[in-house]
Amino acid sequence: MAWTREQMALRAAQELQDGFYVNLGIGIPTLVANMIPQGMSVTLQSENGMLGMGPFPFEGEADADLINAGKQTITELPQTSYFSSADSFAMIRGGHIDLSILGGMQVSEQGDLANWMVPGKMVKGMGGAMDLVAGVRRVVVVMDHCEKAGDSKFKRQCSLPLTGKGVVDLLITDLGVFRIDRKGGGATLIELASGVTLDEIKTKTEARFGISLSG
Amino acid sequence: MKSKIYPDAAAALAGLTFDGMTVMVGGFGLCGIPEHFIAALRDSATKNLTVIGNNVGCDGHGMWQVLANNQIRKVLASYVGENKILETRYMNGEIEIEFNPQGTLAERIRAGGAGIPAFYTRTGYGTAVAEGKETRQFNGEWYVMETGLVADLSIVKAWKADSEGNLVYRKTARNFNPMIATAGKVTVAEVEMMVPVGELDPDQIHTPGIFVDRIVVGQNYTKHIERLTTRPKQATFGGAN
Repeated sequence: MAWTREQMALRAAQELQDGFYVNLGIGIPTLVANMIPQGMSVTLQSENGMLGMGPFPFEGEADADLINAGKQTITELPQTSYFSSADSFAMIRGGHIDLSILGGMQVSEQGDLANWMVPGKMVKGMGGAMDLVAGVRRVVVVMDHCEKAGDSKFKRQCSLPLTGKGVVDLLITDLGVFRIDRKGGGATLIELASGVTLDEIKTKTEARFGISLSG
Repeated sequence: MKSKIYPDAAAALAGLTFDGMTVMVGGFGLCGIPEHFIAALRDSATKNLTVIGNNVGCDGHGMWQVLANNQIRKVLASYVGENKILETRYMNGEIEIEFNPQGTLAERIRAGGAGIPAFYTRTGYGTAVAEGKETRQFNGEWYVMETGLVADLSIVKAWKADSEGNLVYRKTARNFNPMIATAGKVTVAEVEMMVPVGELDPDQIHTPGIFVDRIVVGQNYTKHIERLTTRPKQATFGGAN
């Protein structure tokens, strides 16, 4: 047993706080938009130049001039603002965004993140990921704990080219949650996914980590 | 003053294109791309272009047409997915791609247009992006030096213009266009509508006319949508992002 994609997104949604400005990456992080707790006000930023992202448009009402960073058609809200890519990354790089939730290929115990290229395969580019991890106040990575072949994706050192060095604050996998001290304090297991034992997560993790499970 | 208004994109590009030139192109994906100037650039058959923009179109659309016409030698972009020809040529070593983090690319263009030769950013520190670049510590944090970018020609797309070249963009079609408009030795803009001088609110102009040399009103915009995503009418909330 382990967490599903939806359960991982739900766990990531627990990192939201009222009044937060948040940037969500593609994949599981996108699901978090549907899991904002009732009564909590969270403003979603899209790095292509929009603050205050609304839901997908109704059928027949899509506007080609209104897309998110994943190039999906979306809608605006009464509080929405639009701006250039330079202003957008001033928000991101300048530390004005509270939280970034994004996917990963590998995370190291020092909080390094690799999520943009695999050598020898076609490189599509990093998009805004390097800016997000370098500038957003708190960075949460959501990814599967292991590759399909079984290798741990939470490693002592990333073997893939880095997106950022010492940038990850929290790692949520299908097996559990790790807090990471980006200033060199290492990783700590703080939660186990439902039905996952400490032995299982120890066996399946290459990274070294402390344990601080509550309850 | 000589009019900035040209009858069509081909007329506006006349005398501005040459082999080996650097061209900056506005847009994010296919949103806010200068469709008519891209077609005119393709028809100009100019070769060995260095193209600067967030993307290089996608299969069948946008700057892909210029790529498919074998006109591009080098690309500076942040993301080049959904583009089979580019993938094949890159893997075969037939085209050079310099990947830039999206915010670094936006700021390099902004800096170039503002006369700033270089700046420092935290983005990319400790990654392949920083290799060969000067790094420096400020207030205990490490930063990477990135250089400003300028182009021989900038092509942008706006929503409205007046004959002075003042531009207003629409929604997320703004993206890279405002910075690109500032960074070309020559900047040409295509718009969906031209309004009389005085109609645009001076407080709401996104790109002041000083940055725009030539203007064209484009007809019959395709505005292809890459990922049409909708929700059924009865749903209360179908999800954001």
